[in-house]
Amino acid sequence: MAKITFDGIEVEVEDGTTILNAARKIGGNVVPPAMCYYTPLKGSGGKCRVCLVKVTAGSAKDPRPMPKLVASCITPVQDGMVVENTLSEQAMEARKGIVEMLLINHPLDCPVCDQAGECDLQNLSYEHGTSGTRYEEDRRTFDKIDIGPLIQLHMTRCILCYRCVYTADQLTEKRVHGVLGRGDASEIGTYIENSLENEFIGNVIDVCPVGALTDKTFRFKNRVWFTKPMDAHRECETPGCCGKVVLWSRGEEVLRVTARKNEYGEVEEFICNTCRFDKKEMSDWIIDGPRHIARASVIAANHYELPVINPHLVPDLPAHVVDTQIQDQN
Amino acid sequence: MGLKILTEHINVPGIETYETYRKMGGYRSVEKALKTMTPDEVVEEVKKSGLRGRGGAGFPTGMKWSFLAKPEGKPRYLVCNADESEPGTFKDRVLMEKIPHALIEGMITSSFALGARTSYIYIRGELMFVLRILEKAIAEAYANGMLGENILGSGYSLDLHVHPGGGAYICGEETALLESLEGKRGNPRNKPPFPAVWGLYGSPTVVNNVESIATVPWIVNNTGDEYAKIGVGRSTGTKLISAGGHLNKPGVYEIELGLPVEEFLYSDEYCGGIWKGRKFKAVVAGGSSVPILPAELFLKTAEGVPRVMTYESLSEGGFVSGTMLGSGGFIAMDDTTCVVRNTWNFARFYHHESCGQCSPCREGTGWMEKVLHRLEHGHGSMHDIDLLVSISKQIEGNTICPLGDAAAWPVASAVRHFREEFEWHVRNPQEATKPGAVFNKSEAVLA
Repeated sequence: MAKITFDGIEVEVEDGTTILNAARKIGGNVVPPAMCYYTPLKGSGGKCRVCLVKVTAGSAKDPRPMPKLVASCITPVQDGMVVENTLSEQAMEARKGIVEMLLINHPLDCPVCDQAGECDLQNLSYEHGTSGTRYEEDRRTFDKIDIGPLIQLHMTRCILCYRCVYTADQLTEKRVHGVLGRGDASEIGTYIENSLENEFIGNVIDVCPVGALTDKTFRFKNRVWFTKPMDAHRECETPGCCGKVVLWSRGEEVLRVTARKNEYGEVEEFICNTCRFDKKEMSDWIIDGPRHIARASVIAANHYELPVINPHLVPDLPAHVVDTQIQDQN
Repeated sequence: MGLKILTEHINVPGIETYETYRKMGGYRSVEKALKTMTPDEVVEEVKKSGLRGRGGAGFPTGMKWSFLAKPEGKPRYLVCNADESEPGTFKDRVLMEKIPHALIEGMITSSFALGARTSYIYIRGELMFVLRILEKAIAEAYANGMLGENILGSGYSLDLHVHPGGGAYICGEETALLESLEGKRGNPRNKPPFPAVWGLYGSPTVVNNVESIATVPWIVNNTGDEYAKIGVGRSTGTKLISAGGHLNKPGVYEIELGLPVEEFLYSDEYCGGIWKGRKFKAVVAGGSSVPILPAELFLKTAEGVPRVMTYESLSEGGFVSGTMLGSGGFIAMDDTTCVVRNTWNFARFYHHESCGQCSPCREGTGWMEKVLHRLEHGHGSMHDIDLLVSISKQIEGNTICPLGDAAAWPVASAVRHFREEFEWHVRNPQEATKPGAVFNKSEAVLA
């Protein structure tokens, strides 16, 4: 076990845990955001750089600070490590810079984007971005490619987190899409027009943090905040599919089916394409109850639930954290 | 004449053949190491020599070797990084082209020291002709029993392969190189784990520059202590410098570290001064990624101490008034050089070569290039100059691999030292965009 101090809060985690997961154990406002790291996907992380934190003491044995900011999603903790996230001006400043970088070539077409309202980049830029842009040039655009009848690819919105690549690697037998090209010309593609057809490929929609991969069966049908999320399940015969989903409905009509995500937007159990795209009748499903939308999302417009650190988990909260928690509640 | 370790026999006719190389005393280190020394003794000699990695970062080679993990049942690898693609650096190419056996001898001795049974030379894809030279030399080494099974009856076996890259600068970064060698997309890996623990095919791996490896035979032959006597302080031994730009005598020179920069730049033995009798304006001392320095700060530090060619002396003053020895790609510029144009050119290179994996580098390098393009072509504003500094700060230190830093440093240093020139471009767009127009400090009207 390793004991670390994260933003002034002590937490004990198992050896080999990453700083980000240690912070998630604390929870609340201190958790660094993550755009590319995805716990169920092995190998993900380290690419978007929004989770950068300042390590002011490397370990109990070697208490020197680390010279650079480190990506918290891939850096394992050491016993006695002291990490600063919201307390470190350098880390917050760097994050602001990274958010700007992520946005300079993003089309900002949120009003017509299906992801709006549940977009990680949108949330991130509200929290850490600036209201204006210093970028004067033309934004990057790509030729449209068709990747099949179920999934829509908007390459202009992509932030190249590689999550969909890892998903295809780990859930399907043969990946047909990947990153082509280099530098800011790199794009997600299938090389020679190929369609994504695997039974589990629909999960790339759920893992995508932005609106680059969206559900063609839901496209332009509704805004997510007008739909009502409900937990539901069915006995799915596809091997490997858990059958536990969230139904997004309006009235009696099921508009969209997605996997269940936790408070950090991560799918824990993946679902098959049959559940996602074909079962769009209320009668296909057994309703479990209303969906708990945990994050400060427009979907939960009238009942915001703010991220608060559970005082039972961390008994001695430092004053600055308690203060912000109270402020948030007001 | 300074001491020559690597290039002593470079002009001997036929040195590229095994026979001549052997006649000139080649492969002695293989005999000595394999017959009379243990691998640990070789590592110890290299440690004592104080040899620092010649690829640019200057990390002590012996220390790197001693970090190599040695788990049971896993092979270890030595990979030679011959993917020399930094603008301004062309030293390894000359070494491999002229004396291919020097590298092969170094590979055998080093592989023996590290316990590697298979070693790779990852060579830049553009250097296909050098690859053929190396392959021919390797075939000769196999034919003469220097490679293959049971070398010189010592029981040690080694296979050596040359592998060409596909033309990406990023594959000179050690983990991207390993990915590329494995046949994957050349994206740098997240560190930790470092290659010493998790390298090629998940095995412990050491990645060394060509020049570092080619120096090992001399160290083994003459002991590490002898090597440590050459040079100054922690910068021991000799270094190949590839001098280019506006010089009377551009070329690859082997210098003893500690040589005064003034002597290197102006003496006839080396660069022979700035060409056409022009004034010396600026220098990029160690390959395009190190900070650019104006002439006066290069010749003398901010405190007025004359600089010498060592890792320490060149970085005296930090990034405010210093630079780095880097990989030894020395680019001198005369007073007809436009620093803005030069910076734009570098930025264009890094924009083109960014792998696109992490966001600050992917987006930031392109942005910097566009802003510099604007400034150079007379569409810039004063605000753009500060914007450049700001972007470079947002990239620096926040990326997966050092390419982000390498892209940010030249831009930040150019603005730091040549801000007036950038401002002149903004104030006089018509004049600045004329072909061959250069900012002249004494003539310019500074508002």
